Amino acid sequence: MARQHKAVALISGGLDSMLAVRVLQEQGIEVEGINFYTGFCVEGHTHAIRNHDKDKQKRNNALWVAEQLDIKLHIVDVIEEYKDVLLNPKHGYGANMNPCLDCKIFMVGKAVEWVKEHHQDGFDFIVTGEVIGQRPMSQRKKTMPIISEESGADDLLLRPLCAKNLPETLPEREGWVDREKLYDFSGRNRKPQIALAKSFGLNDFATPAGGCCFLTDKNYSDKLVDLWKARNSREYEMDDIMLLKVGRHIRPDSGFKLIIARDAGESKFLEGYRKQFPSIYALSHSGPMALVDGNFNEEHYALAAGIVARFGQGRNADEVELDINIPEQGHQQIKTTPLAADDVLQEWYV
Amino acid sequence: MSHEQLDARRMLCPMPVIKTQNKVAMMHAGDVIDVICTDPGALNDIPAWARINGHEIINTVQTDDEITISVRVGA
Repeated sequence: MARQHKAVALISGGLDSMLAVRVLQEQGIEVEGINFYTGFCVEGHTHAIRNHDKDKQKRNNALWVAEQLDIKLHIVDVIEEYKDVLLNPKHGYGANMNPCLDCKIFMVGKAVEWVKEHHQDGFDFIVTGEVIGQRPMSQRKKTMPIISEESGADDLLLRPLCAKNLPETLPEREGWVDREKLYDFSGRNRKPQIALAKSFGLNDFATPAGGCCFLTDKNYSDKLVDLWKARNSREYEMDDIMLLKVGRHIRPDSGFKLIIARDAGESKFLEGYRKQFPSIYALSHSGPMALVDGNFNEEHYALAAGIVARFGQGRNADEVELDINIPEQGHQQIKTTPLAADDVLQEWYV
Repeated sequence: MSHEQLDARRMLCPMPVIKTQNKVAMMHAGDVIDVICTDPGALNDIPAWARINGHEIINTVQTDDEITISVRVGA
């Protein structure tokens, strides 16, 4: 009896990977999903730290997609391994610090490893929702074979949404999958995908503007580059990349940076870091929590406190009392006059 | 049957799910794990992950600062 062939699909949580799986399910192929967490993934939860985003859906789209498709989803933490992709991208960066092509090669390569580990469970090939011309850096006609080759997937990588525009893959040649029932989508036009979704009865799907990665965002990339420059090192930890997503980042001195919460939600989030980072908040007035990153010492206290006071309710007061906490050293109270709006220089904003 | 605890405080989605998934992979059917989180997104994600993978949410306790979700490991 012929063995049932199974596929593992890269699930981002967007429409394309959802459709790619659904197309194969129509052919009776059993699919499981895999999702890689790099630390830079845009998630509703990260946005939901802020007060005004509280009403946004707090769902992980990859999990949600998996549930809609009735497939298992394996979420894999690749934060450490991903550092090399970000720091040394063979194919370079996109418009910002986004190494999209290397990222896709890395993720497909990780899926190849997963398929090898699970071959005895019937997994034979890899599926992505890639569409030729959909993304300017990673999804082009020229890059499709590069991803297949450099990931090690070769002809085990099937892209059901644009397969008819590409050479036959092993699942098609072997008859595991009927090529005629695959698609020939190309370009940035989303209408074919939306029509296909409707034909499957899928009406609710995520359409993230600007992709699903913070590294494609200019503001985020600028903050990351600033962090590396200030530390004179491109090393980073998970907390570093999380904190780049939160607050106003103000660097009034090359030695240190303030991360000032923009609302109560962010203040609460930053409070969780008070054992790791120096922190400043106003005692005499309501105001934001601020963390300090860098080499922070007493000669910086007055300037830092004056800036933090500027963003609180005491901004127009003659004097604001603030608490400065240095982990493992203790608290110190300081009274200062808040900086005037014009004294918080525009070039300090990262 | 074992009853374990996982501290996922201050972790943002999807880390609480990943930590739960990895811990559960080493547990047995019928075991229980209490996942302590601070990200409210876990209220949606851990149950979604459990449904997909055949586990059961047996209790959820929410305070002002923390959420504890108890998961019984499926077969």
